[in-house]
Amino acid sequence: MNGPTTAPLLALRDLHVTYATDAGLLRAVRGVDLAVESGQIVGVAGESGCGKSTLASTILRLQAANATVTGEVLFEGRDVLTMRWGDLRAVRWAGASIVFQGALHSLNPVHRIGEQVAEPIRLHTPGLGDASVRRRIAELLEQVGLDPERARAYPHQLSGGQKQRVMIAMALACDPQLVVADEPTTALDVMVQAQVLDVLSALVRERGVGMLMISHDLSVLADLCDRITVMYAGRVVEEGPAAQVFADPLHPYSGALSAAFPRVGDPAARFAPAGLPGDPPDPRQLPGGCSFAPRCPRAAEVCLPAEPELASYAEGRMAACVRIGDPTDSPVELVAETTARDGDPS
Amino acid sequence: MSLVAEPGLVAEDERSASQPRRRGYAAYVGLKVLGAIGSLCFMLVVNFLLFRVLPGDPAKTLGRGRLTSQAQVDAFNKTYGLNEPLPQQFLTFLKNIAHGDLGISLQYRLPVSQLIMDRLWTTLLLVGTSTILATVIGVYLGIRGAWNRGGLFDRISTGASLTLYSMPEWWLGLLLIAGLGVGFGFVPGLFPTGLLHSQNVDPNSLHGVFDTVWHLVLPVTTLTLAYLADYSLIMRSSLLDELGEDYLQTARAKGLRDVQVRNHHAVRNALLPTTTIIALNIGFVVSGAITVETVFSIPGLGLLATDAIGVPDFWVLQGTFLVASAGVILANLAANLLYGWLDPRVRT
Repeated sequence: MNGPTTAPLLALRDLHVTYATDAGLLRAVRGVDLAVESGQIVGVAGESGCGKSTLASTILRLQAANATVTGEVLFEGRDVLTMRWGDLRAVRWAGASIVFQGALHSLNPVHRIGEQVAEPIRLHTPGLGDASVRRRIAELLEQVGLDPERARAYPHQLSGGQKQRVMIAMALACDPQLVVADEPTTALDVMVQAQVLDVLSALVRERGVGMLMISHDLSVLADLCDRITVMYAGRVVEEGPAAQVFADPLHPYSGALSAAFPRVGDPAARFAPAGLPGDPPDPRQLPGGCSFAPRCPRAAEVCLPAEPELASYAEGRMAACVRIGDPTDSPVELVAETTARDGDPS
Repeated sequence: MSLVAEPGLVAEDERSASQPRRRGYAAYVGLKVLGAIGSLCFMLVVNFLLFRVLPGDPAKTLGRGRLTSQAQVDAFNKTYGLNEPLPQQFLTFLKNIAHGDLGISLQYRLPVSQLIMDRLWTTLLLVGTSTILATVIGVYLGIRGAWNRGGLFDRISTGASLTLYSMPEWWLGLLLIAGLGVGFGFVPGLFPTGLLHSQNVDPNSLHGVFDTVWHLVLPVTTLTLAYLADYSLIMRSSLLDELGEDYLQTARAKGLRDVQVRNHHAVRNALLPTTTIIALNIGFVVSGAITVETVFSIPGLGLLATDAIGVPDFWVLQGTFLVASAGVILANLAANLLYGWLDPRVRT
């Protein structure tokens, strides 16, 4: 079942996702490359609408019916987007599983949670006896810190945190090689959020499986992930080791995301929460040039002609910004320089 | 539609773990049965009062304007207990019902209970068969239409459902009689109309059973078509409501086949609102049976009641109303029990 050993567990290659809507084409994901190795936790950060959940949905080919996907989603070297239905169903959950955002609605309200955890086990290991399935459910529930007795409960009898634990137990049910966590803690309060993240990351580390973790919270990703990809308006604007991206962001947008979370022990940050003014662009009407330019504190003339490409800036660090390393802060002074650097973003 | 508030998100994580709530189905059933008994009592009171407060004096009405002496009126009222005070009449009414005595028909001179029992099975057969057929076909059409929304099947079935939905059942019945019963031009009539047996056929023989089925085709088709439209539109819209739900995405992600996602996850949830509507509708199906039995001259409860209105045969009317209302209450009870079984959220 393993692909070539050199191939990463999951590789997205030039992924584009476009939704056909009544108001025109909505380009949610525009040329994303991303890789997850076994045993690695990769974070995808970005604000609502940047295309990160759309991206997650394509990994198991679960995108909405009005979406057109191009590019490649290679899972263990095989393209999920073009494989046959039978193969796809085998990859789903047994190869890669998803911890959905908002577990409040991701569990079926009319089935007992035990049945819901058992469903993929029975589906992907046919012939497994009832007793073994029950033992497996009890084991999984215990691992996520739930009383195995709770298998008989219905989702409405559980709290939000318990439901999310059930989702995690379910995601691990078939021993997948990859777990996709799509904002796994969105609807939870901070304490429960921390517990759930601990459980999730501990189990993933313990099993050595790969995980793609999607969140708008860069600080959470910085804690849990090995590498972080920052997305803005459907494109990757920065990619690098988690700690570095958070502590020393290259792209102004990563900088804004990082600054949005006050650091403990930094009194200045408490009194000056660094928000980012404005909204992300309407993906139906993207601005020309760098799509972040309208909100960028460092935007200049040079940003307008073309969308910047990802380029390498340091060992293992990539960003898509033409102003990196440019010492000048005032856009006005830059006008003269524009022509000199035009067309040479790196 | 959530009938019970979700436990708060901020609820302490371990609360429900230590205290499993297992009041369960038995308590739910008990509560619903008690409710149904309450409805039955209320219905008895209404049923009694309705026929006492109706304008017009039964004795005079039955006299049809002919001169009746006071002595005759008094004798009539005494025979039927109408001279007693209302509370006394009510007690007698309850006592009689407890003994299965619904009075004597003025028209047939037979006990009303016997008249009703003779015709009850006919109506049950008609209403029961049509309800089952309408439910099964309607729910199937609704599921297929919603699952491939906007497809050819969906457009045809929704169009047909809307057309049928807007047709009164008596008119639909007349069309079917004209088209398939009487025949037109060179086309002979295919199905019999009127009564449930041909003459000279023993209804208890095998041949008689087929003969009855043959007679039921047109009336059952009428009622089925009239109500399946309703059910298919409701099932379609409740399933469409479920389609965007997150748990379906979970089910797909698990690697289930499309059919499994639909039947095991989506339909089970979409059936909840449909169950309620079908149960509420049984009352209307009973009223539909009255018109259809009249149109097709089928000797059921509906025709009995219709004929009784003309006389007017008060005790027959009172008896048929009683049976019909009790039937609706029982059907609602059954639906409630089914609902509790389908949706765990209403039990706790």
